[in-house]
Amino acid sequence: MKQNMSTGGKKAWGDTLFRSLTLAFALGILVLFAGILVALWHESLPAIEKFGFSFLTSAAWNPVKDEFGAIIPVVGTLVSTLLAMLIAVPLSIGVALFLAELAPSWMRAPFGTAIELLAAIPSIVYGMWGLFVLAPIMADHVQPWLQTYLGFIPLFSGAPMGIGMLTAGLVLALMILPFIASVTRDVFLMVPKNLKEAAYGMGATTWEVVRDVMIPYGKKGIVGAVFLGMGRALGETMAVTFVIGNAYHLSWSLFAPGNSIASTLANEFTEADSDVYLASLIELGLVLFLMTFIVLGAAQIWLRRSVAGGGK
Amino acid sequence: MTTPSAPTDHASTVSEEIKLSVRHLNFYYGDKQVLFDNTLDIAKNKVTAFIGPSGCGKSTHIRTYNRMFELYKGHRAEGEILMDDMNILDPKQIPALELRHRIGMIFQKPTPFPMSIFDNIAYGLKLHTRLGKREIEERVEQALRGAALWDEVKDKLHQPGTALSGGQQQRLCIARALANEPEVMLMDEPCSALDPIATAKIEELIDELKQRLTIVIVTHNMQQAARVSDYTAYFYLGKLIEFGDTKTIFTAPKKKETEDYITGRFG
Repeated sequence: MKQNMSTGGKKAWGDTLFRSLTLAFALGILVLFAGILVALWHESLPAIEKFGFSFLTSAAWNPVKDEFGAIIPVVGTLVSTLLAMLIAVPLSIGVALFLAELAPSWMRAPFGTAIELLAAIPSIVYGMWGLFVLAPIMADHVQPWLQTYLGFIPLFSGAPMGIGMLTAGLVLALMILPFIASVTRDVFLMVPKNLKEAAYGMGATTWEVVRDVMIPYGKKGIVGAVFLGMGRALGETMAVTFVIGNAYHLSWSLFAPGNSIASTLANEFTEADSDVYLASLIELGLVLFLMTFIVLGAAQIWLRRSVAGGGK
Repeated sequence: MTTPSAPTDHASTVSEEIKLSVRHLNFYYGDKQVLFDNTLDIAKNKVTAFIGPSGCGKSTHIRTYNRMFELYKGHRAEGEILMDDMNILDPKQIPALELRHRIGMIFQKPTPFPMSIFDNIAYGLKLHTRLGKREIEERVEQALRGAALWDEVKDKLHQPGTALSGGQQQRLCIARALANEPEVMLMDEPCSALDPIATAKIEELIDELKQRLTIVIVTHNMQQAARVSDYTAYFYLGKLIEFGDTKTIFTAPKKKETEDYITGRFG
């Protein structure tokens, strides 16, 4: 930078302008971020004033009496996301490994593109597919089977209705799989050939090379991909609204219908007729915003610490 | 391809105890043949150097000894490489995993695994043995001492292997291979990414290691071949042009091509 400054007026001036411009763009992001936060806070003030901290702990959701609490949608959001991650992460890593390492070369390009195309399907299509195709299959086959063999666990008890937490988690998993799988595949492809050969040269099997060398080498990228998918799952609206059941009650059963923050907002915004109702919905939005922020922030911190402490 | 031919005019055998006996080795990348009828012996507890210009097949040749080529589609070797009367090119006679456990390999660029120094060394032990914690610790120390790295890393065994300098990383890889107690160590230009001091340390190490095992080293550096090896093989365009004890090859080569390469008139 200093060197350019000394090479002459015109060039230095251009550099300064360019730098200021990019700085302005970068600052613009921060301003936007702060602006959204302030706006959400301001608009949800009526609810914050009325319910205070108990908004976060109350399971009430009664538009008639103007009583609102966030716990059901918050739990629904977390549970559906957690389910989605449990299903999608191992599946994505498997898909990525297959595409990067195990698949015959003629298969790699078409399969890779097919996976990426999954990400291009609009979420409402996933929602409709979830409701009309997946939910009946869940109700008629999957859930009864789970109930027969795992019904002693409270998670798999209750009426198999098809729509509910489990189906929502499954649809979410399918939606985030292409993101995680394609980024993870690229991470695996970046592992140096030398390093893999060295591990094979020690007499390791393909699985051992993957487990001990490729996954640790790409740990940072894989975790990044996982959180990218998680960020999407937390906020996913349309598909979840279709299949989650939209019911305000807490249940141990994954078959039971529930609600997530995003599905609550999508369903009820048009019906919010009182100030407190509307403010409560906006406060839910604020909660989702903060949840996502905290999750992604925690991921960053964890990553930085684990990278400093070993690994790559 | 492998019909027995009359002994070639270059002396491809050695008078000492033989560890590996390569007979009529041909190698193909798909349809393209890159090694032609290579026949030579690797003497036990000696250092054999492979020299030759880039693309002459010396790396391809060395990578047949641990069947590394099997990882790639269309790569194929013909002929025989005998070790203890067993053709190591034949998967039925020895599985690749066992072969690579017995024949270690060091690469051009150091390849520490993304784990701690200790775990790097213990890696092979954990794959192939069921040793207890105490025994593993002992073997790790032995291996690190064997690679002349112990004193430099004994206080930081749990730091990542990637935090070491290039020369230390290469010795880490040597220690990692040593922990498997291999019979043969293949070195594919092990010093080409290192500075002269680190190179000198590796060469010193090669000299010590040959007490215990057989070393085959591919090198671009002819002085290095002359310094460290007992036997030298000169390859050109996939053919073994000349093979003999290092002193003879470097002072009185029989073939003009060898002489031209060694004296720097070519290559």
